[in-house]
Amino acid sequence: MQRVPELVVIGGSWGGIQAALQILKGLPPNYSLPIVLVLHRLRDQEGNLQEIFERKTRLTTVEIEDKQQLVPGMLYLAPPNYHVLLENDRTFALDDSELENYSRPSIDVTFTSAADVYGDQVAGIILSGASSDGSSGLKYIFEKGGTALVQQPQEAEIDTMPLAAIRATPGCRIMQLIDIQEFLLSLHVN
Amino acid sequence: MKLSSDAQFEQEVEVLIGEIKQHYGYDFSGYARASVYRRVKRFMGQKGLENMQQLREPLFSDSFFFEVFLQDVTVNVTEMFRDPSFFLSLRQNVLPLLSTYPYIKIWDAGCSTGEELFSLAILLQEEGLLNRTKIYATDINQKVLRQAKEGIFPVSRIPAYTAAYYAAGGKQEFSGYYRSNYGNAKFNSELVRNVVFYPHNLATDSSFNEFHLILCRNVLIYFGRELQERVLNLFDESLVSLGYLGLGKKETLAMSGISPYYNAVDKTNRIYRKLN
Ligand SMILES: C[S@@+](CC[C@H](N)C(=O)[O-])C[C@H]1O[C@@H](n2cnc3c(N)ncnc32)[C@H](O)[C@@H]1O
Repeated sequence: MQRVPELVVIGGSWGGIQAALQILKGLPPNYSLPIVLVLHRLRDQEGNLQEIFERKTRLTTVEIEDKQQLVPGMLYLAPPNYHVLLENDRTFALDDSELENYSRPSIDVTFTSAADVYGDQVAGIILSGASSDGSSGLKYIFEKGGTALVQQPQEAEIDTMPLAAIRATPGCRIMQLIDIQEFLLSLHVN
Repeated sequence: MKLSSDAQFEQEVEVLIGEIKQHYGYDFSGYARASVYRRVKRFMGQKGLENMQQLREPLFSDSFFFEVFLQDVTVNVTEMFRDPSFFLSLRQNVLPLLSTYPYIKIWDAGCSTGEELFSLAILLQEEGLLNRTKIYATDINQKVLRQAKEGIFPVSRIPAYTAAYYAAGGKQEFSGYYRSNYGNAKFNSELVRNVVFYPHNLATDSSFNEFHLILCRNVLIYFGRELQERVLNLFDESLVSLGYLGLGKKETLAMSGISPYYNAVDKTNRIYRKLN
């Protein structure tokens, strides 16, 4: 029996912002899980992403600070130039080590760390992007019994990232954004 | 729920941390675990080590192997003028006030391979303060300190550093600060004439002087909350009244017990000033 996820991690790159907004705009402000969003950004780009998500979704959106606690109903954005790791006490730990897949933040790093802490109770979602980052992280989540979802490649602005994820994790569920949103809503408990 | 195999690996790392302390005196017990686990796993993967026993054997019989391990587990990624806005803010908000002192003392804690130190020295030079400033550049890792002293950085990074230098308010021809040679850029050693390089472990060593400015950037993120608090108290002890503390872009005083005694001079760039 698969246990219900307690954490949602989402990764995307090119086209990922729009895709993430599509999914997240339908979630209630008191959504019962924390959501961590790792988007590749332009280097040193300052944090207006936070504003965009704050404005276009109903979730409280923050850029992750070191040692910050994960709380349900919050949308956490990976800051530029740091990898985001999770601690066993469900706080964030930032890390400025080498780029992974030419990226920092790297989706693989966060997905892997999430599965180390939450085991099978993670839902990982890969969205549009022009990179293969995230595919080994998604595989890792799946192998630990977690939920692996990938945006349907035909629907993605750039299908490189979804295709790489599907190749790495053939057992993942391939879904349109609207269905990913439905899935997330099904996890919500009032 | 966490998988039992992961819990077991983590348990083994805990044991390893204890053994390293006994054997080599390095105390990693206060470090942020998520990063330690990841670094150890990564190191084992790169060396083709399949289990903890295969790591422990060379680690405790071969001190060179341990050095390599230490290098890898303590992240020392760095760059020049990292977060240019931080250096611009130092230039605009901090150095003018430091210039009122006849003699300035600065501590660059966790200086890694020296990119931050040379950036700072360039700033001081351009603001006319370098000659009356003494900088203590410290790190836990002796190898990076030796590199810092050399001031030799890959030429491939120079375009990015040049852009960052101007973004940090640079006023000169950046190329005037270094000479290129065989893929390397050697920075002018005059810049670090007044620098003392010296190994210091923030986890275990104590305060050793008083400073007008302490930089400790992207080091605290690798520590757990308690060790962070220890280090911040160490800095508090080591700052003169009205002294400045500069942290990394994602590090904060906010959660610390010393925070009531500090003003945020520049909140986004994490520059704080001791009240008295
Ligand atoms: C990521 S680098 C940061 C370099 C530079 N300050 C910057 O922001 O670019 C972290 C540095 O902290 C050093 N470090 C780690 N643990 C330490 C400790 N206990 N005491 C002193 N330095 C430490 C590492 O050796 C490494 O050089």
